[in-house]
Amino acid sequence: MSMMSNVVDWIDRRYPMTQVWNEHLAQYYAPKNFNFWYYMGSLAMLVLVMQIVTGVWLAMSYKPDAELAFGSVEYIMRDVEWGWLIRYMHSTGASAFFVVIYLHMFRGLMYGSYREPRELLWIIGVLIYVVMMATAFMGYLLPWGQMSYWGAQVIVNLFSAVPVIGPDLGVWIRGDYVISDVTLNRFFALHFLLPFILAALVFVHIVALHKVGSNNPDGIEIKKGPKGNRWSETAPADGIPFHPYYSVKDIVGVAGFLFLFAAVVFFAPEMGGFFIEYPNFEPANPLKTPEHIAPVWYFTPFYAILRAVPSVAGSAFPGVVAMFASILVLFFLPWLDKSPVKSVRYKGTLYKVLLGLFVIDFIMLGYLGVKPTTDLYKFMAQVGTIYYFAFFLAMPWYSKMDKTKPVPERVTQ
Amino acid sequence: MLTLTVQPTRGVFLMSTDGVDLKKRRTLTAATSVVGAVGVGFFAVPFLKAWNPSEKAKAAGAPVEADIGKLEPGQMMRVKWRGKPVWIVHRTERNLADLSSMDSSLADPASDVPQQPEYCKNPTRSIKAPYLVAVGICTHLGCSPTYRPDIGAADMGGEAWKGGFFCPCHGSKFDLAGRVYSGMPAPTNLEIPPHQYLSDAVILVGEDGGAA
Amino acid sequence: MKKLIIALVMAAMPMLGFAAGGKVQLNHADIDLTDQESLQRGARLFVNYCLNCHSAKYQRYNRMARDLGMTEDEVKENLMFATDKIGDTMNIAMPEAQAAKWFGTAPPDLSVITRARGSDWVYTYLTSFYIDEKRPFGVNNTVFPDVGMPHVMWKLQGFQKANFSGDEDHRVFEGFELVEPGEMSAEEFDAAMLDLTAFMTYVGDPIQVERHRIGVWVLIFIAIFFVLAYLLKKEYWKDVH
Repeated sequence: MSMMSNVVDWIDRRYPMTQVWNEHLAQYYAPKNFNFWYYMGSLAMLVLVMQIVTGVWLAMSYKPDAELAFGSVEYIMRDVEWGWLIRYMHSTGASAFFVVIYLHMFRGLMYGSYREPRELLWIIGVLIYVVMMATAFMGYLLPWGQMSYWGAQVIVNLFSAVPVIGPDLGVWIRGDYVISDVTLNRFFALHFLLPFILAALVFVHIVALHKVGSNNPDGIEIKKGPKGNRWSETAPADGIPFHPYYSVKDIVGVAGFLFLFAAVVFFAPEMGGFFIEYPNFEPANPLKTPEHIAPVWYFTPFYAILRAVPSVAGSAFPGVVAMFASILVLFFLPWLDKSPVKSVRYKGTLYKVLLGLFVIDFIMLGYLGVKPTTDLYKFMAQVGTIYYFAFFLAMPWYSKMDKTKPVPERVTQ
Repeated sequence: MLTLTVQPTRGVFLMSTDGVDLKKRRTLTAATSVVGAVGVGFFAVPFLKAWNPSEKAKAAGAPVEADIGKLEPGQMMRVKWRGKPVWIVHRTERNLADLSSMDSSLADPASDVPQQPEYCKNPTRSIKAPYLVAVGICTHLGCSPTYRPDIGAADMGGEAWKGGFFCPCHGSKFDLAGRVYSGMPAPTNLEIPPHQYLSDAVILVGEDGGAA
Repeated sequence: MKKLIIALVMAAMPMLGFAAGGKVQLNHADIDLTDQESLQRGARLFVNYCLNCHSAKYQRYNRMARDLGMTEDEVKENLMFATDKIGDTMNIAMPEAQAAKWFGTAPPDLSVITRARGSDWVYTYLTSFYIDEKRPFGVNNTVFPDVGMPHVMWKLQGFQKANFSGDEDHRVFEGFELVEPGEMSAEEFDAAMLDLTAFMTYVGDPIQVERHRIGVWVLIFIAIFFVLAYLLKKEYWKDVH
């Protein structure tokens, strides 16, 4: 035996290295018909790692102190060698993370990846999304610019709108009567902690995925199909080993992603005020609200829903409920879809139209969330909000009514 | 980064290699791996360099000026350079005379270990004989020794003590040129920082104007 | 293909810019950050006219020397009045509380002002002071109404009058009219303000020029890696297809 296999055997007797390698990569059979949308999972993991690495590096020079925070970011941008690159990677990474995750979630929506037996996989995924939003929100306070400050002020006040306990809850979250040094300090601690919880959830997400196996654009369970391919007599006929086929494919996706990512980091790190908002270059001033506050783009669809719901009996609580409900409804998706088929490919025209409208609706809400409210915009946001909820809540009926097409036995290329 | 090695020995691949251009595969795998590894290398550079002293640290560590106009013989003054104490000692005639008689009790009397700029590798370890400029950090473990100019001090060994420095942490002794006594925990002489005279009364510590 | 288009639309979503919400049309600041002479002229104006009341407390003099192609001694002699340490940042001696008393509000730090307001805004602001006897310093500004700042560059520009049409409540700005010429002609003053805007834009993000230069090489490198990875994938996927 060679030296190398001696070492491998030594480890294998103590740790299931080869076993893990085989079960999750070399002998993990994934459907052979993955398309563009299936790059997003590996890209999301890449961005998470990048965010953690750049974030830890930023934390080495950042000061979570209301007096020093703004200056410490400029210190990173100017005085720390290559600090500007690390900071721009982190700020761009935050937005890139949401781009990738929204595409990843839309993939699930299109191909019915939340359907039995992948309900738990989907739920863990939505949980990851919620933790991600919390992480991003807390991170946005840290530069301590005007948008950081007033954005946090508005979002924390959402909790103050809860009846009875609201005002106390708001004070408790802030640790003060307004957003202050204390708030900044605790948000920094949590912003540092949550990504590691995210990483743990991603691990659980992948464990769940590998238990049930990947879905695919046809929504066919390859494990239930015929057996035997050129690599194994017992593996699904429509499966191919993840490694090397999807590992080399994912590298192509990674390269393509990095190209776009680097283009933003080096040539448009503010991305027209969407990735880094211009007013955030003014230090936080508790006495002066910027003329127009909007959350960062990835929150704006939900922000639009919040603003669309009128207050009832002098309480903004209904809007807050609607906003949180718009995210919580995603948890129930696996049980709302009653269609006999999973993938949009075999669903009827009705669903295709409704899904297309949902995409337009989500983008429209996102757009309305950055705009100041006018009567027209408010009406549009209300229509958009109703459609958003109707898409999910009416799904049990329309998904049954929809005329589906027969699903083939084997995956198509 | 994902590794691209295939494990043909583990029975993973039942596939035949008929019609597969293994050579092309290996070449492309190698090329992609190499370029990828170079990329990871490039990627690591900013993160390693971010640990270098920042512009702020460099500005704070810039050369400092010391006014020695009022420093009487026998006196010592301290200035801070790069966060470290730098001593400037105005040695007396007698101190200077004593320096040459110390050789036998010193570890490195000729200053062979490069603990000083080339222009201070002389018997007084200085540019101008009376003025010692030295970093006041013990070469053992980084304590700052105390100034003991009192010749013949009983606790420093009586008659043999010609003045110098004593490190309270582990007992290392240095003479008034910052040279360490032999048999001490400190391995080398005190460091002489780069410095220059801007005028007779002003020393610039931290920069020698290319004199080295 | 249809799905791809949807994906692209979603990815392009961030690029739908804010609608221009300004009341006054901003003039485009046509600046070139690679023009070191323009930046140096701007730096001279900045330290002479701005740096008395405004700081740029994140900008170091030695970095400015490096980036603008000057020696440290040149900067020390011509551009440093507040300190003698080349590694210092562009601070001012005026205490904030006192400044607030004099001007009604403390003059803001200008390190990242072009990033907060935009270069066009700064350029237009600098050229838009006009006579208004109702204001404490006798001037007002069309892009920053009732600004606390006096017309610092009156000696260079002179004084201009703003012409408005419409009534008191709905005035429409029609244009400026120079009523008292300064040392510079209108064209010279415009060019000088462009230099100053260029310098302030440089100060806002000093790495910008270098960043673009590095960016090109990074993109080329990734593109090469992409091609290799694609060929590798194609080769392996012959087994599947």
